[in-house]
Amino acid sequence: MASSSTPKYNSNSLESSSSKWTLKDGTNWEQNEEIPRLPGETRVTDKDVIYMCPFNGPVKGRVYITNYRLYLRSVENDPVVILNVPLGVISRIEKMGGASSRGENSYGLDITCKDMRNLRFALKQEGHSRRDIFEVLTKYAFPQSHNSLFFAFVNEEKFSVNGWMVYNPMSEYRRQGLPNERWRVTFINERYGLCDTYPSLLVVPYNATDDDLKKVAAFRSRNRIPVLSWIHPETQAVIMRCSQPLVGMGGKRNKDDERYLDIIREANGQISKLTIYDARPNVNAVANKATGGGYEGEDAYPNAELFFLDIHNIHVMRESLKKLKDIVYPNVEESHWLSSLESTHWLEHIKLVLTGAIQVADKVSSGRSSVLVHCSDGWDRTAQLTSLAMLMLDSYYRTIEGFEVLVQKEWISFGHKFASRIGHGDKNHADADRSPIFLQFIDCVWQMSKQFPTAFEFNEQFLITILDHLYSCRFGTFLYNSEFLREKEKVTEKTLSLWSLINSEKSKYTNPFYSKEVNRALYPVASMRHLELWVNYYIRWNPRIRQQQPSPVEQRYMELLALRDDYIRRLEELQITNNSKISNSSTSSTSPSQMVSHVQTHF
Amino acid sequence: EIHIKEPIEKEVNPHLLPGELLLCEASTVYKYMQEDGSNRGTYGKLVCTNFKISFLDDDSASDDNEPQFKNKIVGENDITLQCVDQIYGVYDEKKKLLTGQLRKYPEKLIIYCKDLRVFNFCLRYTKEEEVKRIVSGIVHHSQTPKLLKRLFLFSYASAAPNNTDGRNQTVMFETLEDWRDELERTKGNVKYKAVTTNEGYRVSEKLPLYFVVPICISEESILKYEGRGIPIWCWSCHNGAALLKMSAFPKEQDDSTSQMQKAFLDGIYKTISKPPYELLKMDDLSSSLPSLQDIQTAYTRFKQLFLIDNSTDFWATDVKWFSLLESTNWLEIIRRVLKKAIEVAECLEIQHTNVLLIEETATDLCCVISSLVQVMMDSYSRTKSGFQSLIQKEWVIGGHCFLDRCNHLHKSEKEEAPVFLLLLNCVWQLVQQYPPAFEFTETYLTVLSDSLYVPIFSTFFFNSQHQRDTNKSGESLKTQSGPFRFLTVWDWSVQFDPKAQAFLNNPLYAEKPKPDRSQRKTARFKHQRQLSLPLTQTKPSTKRGFFREETDHLIKNILGKRIGKFINSSDEPPNSLREFYDSWHSKPVDYHGLLLPRIDGPEIKVWAQRYLRWIPEAQLHGGGTIATAAKILDLMEEVQSLQVKMDEERSQAVSGDIHSVPMLRNSARLSSLFPFALLQRQSVKPALPTSTWKDLEDEDDLVKRDDEFVDLSGDML
Repeated sequence: MASSSTPKYNSNSLESSSSKWTLKDGTNWEQNEEIPRLPGETRVTDKDVIYMCPFNGPVKGRVYITNYRLYLRSVENDPVVILNVPLGVISRIEKMGGASSRGENSYGLDITCKDMRNLRFALKQEGHSRRDIFEVLTKYAFPQSHNSLFFAFVNEEKFSVNGWMVYNPMSEYRRQGLPNERWRVTFINERYGLCDTYPSLLVVPYNATDDDLKKVAAFRSRNRIPVLSWIHPETQAVIMRCSQPLVGMGGKRNKDDERYLDIIREANGQISKLTIYDARPNVNAVANKATGGGYEGEDAYPNAELFFLDIHNIHVMRESLKKLKDIVYPNVEESHWLSSLESTHWLEHIKLVLTGAIQVADKVSSGRSSVLVHCSDGWDRTAQLTSLAMLMLDSYYRTIEGFEVLVQKEWISFGHKFASRIGHGDKNHADADRSPIFLQFIDCVWQMSKQFPTAFEFNEQFLITILDHLYSCRFGTFLYNSEFLREKEKVTEKTLSLWSLINSEKSKYTNPFYSKEVNRALYPVASMRHLELWVNYYIRWNPRIRQQQPSPVEQRYMELLALRDDYIRRLEELQITNNSKISNSSTSSTSPSQMVSHVQTHF
Repeated sequence: EIHIKEPIEKEVNPHLLPGELLLCEASTVYKYMQEDGSNRGTYGKLVCTNFKISFLDDDSASDDNEPQFKNKIVGENDITLQCVDQIYGVYDEKKKLLTGQLRKYPEKLIIYCKDLRVFNFCLRYTKEEEVKRIVSGIVHHSQTPKLLKRLFLFSYASAAPNNTDGRNQTVMFETLEDWRDELERTKGNVKYKAVTTNEGYRVSEKLPLYFVVPICISEESILKYEGRGIPIWCWSCHNGAALLKMSAFPKEQDDSTSQMQKAFLDGIYKTISKPPYELLKMDDLSSSLPSLQDIQTAYTRFKQLFLIDNSTDFWATDVKWFSLLESTNWLEIIRRVLKKAIEVAECLEIQHTNVLLIEETATDLCCVISSLVQVMMDSYSRTKSGFQSLIQKEWVIGGHCFLDRCNHLHKSEKEEAPVFLLLLNCVWQLVQQYPPAFEFTETYLTVLSDSLYVPIFSTFFFNSQHQRDTNKSGESLKTQSGPFRFLTVWDWSVQFDPKAQAFLNNPLYAEKPKPDRSQRKTARFKHQRQLSLPLTQTKPSTKRGFFREETDHLIKNILGKRIGKFINSSDEPPNSLREFYDSWHSKPVDYHGLLLPRIDGPEIKVWAQRYLRWIPEAQLHGGGTIATAAKILDLMEEVQSLQVKMDEERSQAVSGDIHSVPMLRNSARLSSLFPFALLQRQSVKPALPTSTWKDLEDEDDLVKRDDEFVDLSGDML
């Protein structure tokens, strides 16, 4: 059985495709084993089942469950159907049918996944056959609900590079030219005493003392004070992020906060007003006053200009994605595809987020005004806006490592609540805290890379890999809600970073068309004419929609690159033989070595 | 031919083609720049000739920036009279459609073009007399009915020296030999023959001089009903199955006539369903596809979405973009047409049956489907000359009524339908889904679609070969140089210099590997993909019966009116088509083999280059597919120069010139609208939506919630 499985695994069947690259991703698959396994991964159970494939109908197979994955291999189909699903992807496990239910394949399990698919397995009705598989799955898919460890903590993979070294806040701020005479690094939050959802290291105006910061913290929701995210190398205008001010119904004011914002405004020597972007719709910002929040009023902040960006809350986004799934899985809505897509509002939300980020970026770059961005708590919409604006303004973030730094900085270190938004290892699938905010951000990045196919060093596979491991719990990267908690759990010591996987195999995630361009602002067009549904992600399980990978254009380009290198090599050989023939007589202006080095600078 | 401006000359004069006459002009016309809806623009002269409407910029200094991709015949401020779609006048801020006679003259003139450009002219500073002359001149010459002979085509043909180069590889299908060669190429010559029956157009003026029919069809039957009811050959598949088309009989009131027609058809079907002919499947396209009226309505709505007046308009329509697109039905029509072509391909390829397309005249949807099927199944049709030959065969000689369908003469709007554009839109879907499979680019398709409105080529300005032939010689006695010698659109050097022509060639295209010396003995790898398909092969014995049973029923329906599909009819397993489609898509693509379009919802796209190219808001600075294309071109250039260097090293001598690759320097800054938008017009400002807010009515309760409900005021206590 084992010997026959190797060639079959190369089949074109849909499920194998996911297994294919997961395997390439570093999973060790010993030839004498039935299933691929990671170091530290242990077999738990296996069982004969019928996989109710929504595309090819019922598939007889054997399902294997480990402490990391659910693996299914068909026994009769040719090509072999393979499912390879990290348990972390599972959102919900339901029993379907009862011991007495009739009809073929009506008894079994229905598994809802976080990555836009559902899996159904039918089991034999005899002797509680599904009970143990249900229990095993529940236990390993939801370790948080069972007081056990994420797989990341038992993963024993080894990589040639250490992804935890990718982000060092101090060197990132230094790269930006900080600290300087107007901005300083503060360690006030070293023990997370000022704000437990912020990173330990913060950049604040030089003219604001740590004492000032403490006073400001009292007036900002969850103490998330305005701190620097990015500084424009020429205009010195900055992007600041924070949470909403605690204005409340009474319209409270806080002198320290007002003064602090003025210090920020003055820090780049600007005379114009400070621009505040409140990511929320106006009405929501107003409504927040009822619970003690609010926004910067004109009276209190005469030197600031406030704009609302109309981006909706996490609940709206969650519903939107749910609707999107309805029209693409398992079957793509056919007759009214466009209006169905429109009714999900998914791309409309993408458009609003991108529009907001463009405004932020444009203000900082050409408006030469510093910008303050917040929403309610400053960890969802705010992270989307600052990171996208930074991606537009700073070409460093468009490289593989730069993007990793961006995610590490604006999302992970600034307390985007990954654990709550994704619900890692948590069985409570209906938790209202879950929301696809980070997915939405990655989608925005994909839209940009689609519009500017030569501007990003990374390819689509890079983004898809990030999303896959957002759920897989194989790496510690996205676990927990804050830096504070990650430190408490010793994540960097006990788990591996996703960037270790990616950076040890960079060529796989590299866009061959990338041309490095420094200091070029990249503004996507946030128009429905250009925004597209990310088919290769959202509809990737559907074999009828699947795109050719890599794209034929990319393939042709790679062929040409190989041809060029081959020519260079052959030319060099020719020149060497010719030179030796004619010895001293030929003195061409371009010596072979010169030319070769010129051509190869592209790499 | 090219007029060089004299330096002393102060006045700007229009560049006139041979035979082109200046009809009227107006000066101090202000042309708004489309860009920003502000009032920026330039003053100049607006002229109207018997060929075009042209705006001549007073400030000719802007000529410095020669665009990389320039049409030699139609400049960026030229609108051929046939390219004018609609003209609006603005009176006190109100837009009014201008047709025929005018009583009042507008302050502003808006010209919407068929190639989707929009021109805004302000006439406020122009002398009243000139306004009258130019507005009525433009409206008259571009919007009112015209005689065929008044087309610019004729003045140009009689005035221009004929200098077409004979290097054109396009097969024109004007001679018997062309048809015989095509039969030979497709190996259809065993069962089909080219006939001369229509010489002197004695069968029909709608049929070409030469065409191909099954060998067993007699001359008498061809002559009997002016070619109606006769299966005419389009193409033969590698397995011998043929694609045929037939002009149906019109609905007949008289019973005896229809009885006779029925008997005639019966005879024809009997003859061509006997061996050696394959089984026959029919498809009445007039019932299985949208009507011409549907197509016209859909396109009219669709193009309107791209004729945008200003930025506000753009963003206002952006909010509901997808539902607006859907409501036009244009993409759905494209999908249905592609699906039909897949059905036909399945019959030919898998079921090994002949397919007979039926339509009243067999010159509209028949052309679309037969061309598409050939593009999908015959890789020769995906080369430039192959595609051009296909258009000649199926459309130009095949008798598509370009003059009526494009309404070039403004004779009757009822006849207008963008049938040829529909084909180009469908082919574009294939081009963007399988870029390496085509020798030409989407830019080629775009300029081909633009050429529909350039009346110096005869290609798209006649209804039939007969009409062209008779008009070619008809009045030619008046001219001294004998019969008119029209240009063909396929001579691209007329419109584009070699540098610009390079943009029509696809750098991704790899020619079909010819069996070279070393591999000559290996079998030709044509149709590799088909061989790998699970052949649900023909079941000859049972299928023969299928046809017999159906014959009566079919004939009844053909003589009658509306009928259901015959292809994929009820006794077929309903999923055989799905199986064919899925099975093909589950295998790697052979770009020189069968090509099936993907037709699921998200796969059918808007041909952005053609439809968005003039809209500044839709422009991506340094982005779009051109960005990758430019990288490929750069790399190809490098590879070629290496090749030259290698040859030099080998022969120790300088080698001759090589195939030219367009130079795209500074490619990162090209606009996505390239080659149709100019570099210097870019603005640095990002395009910002002006209206983005849309209510999420159905989610009201969610909208009002906060991310996480925590009473922050509590924190303060």
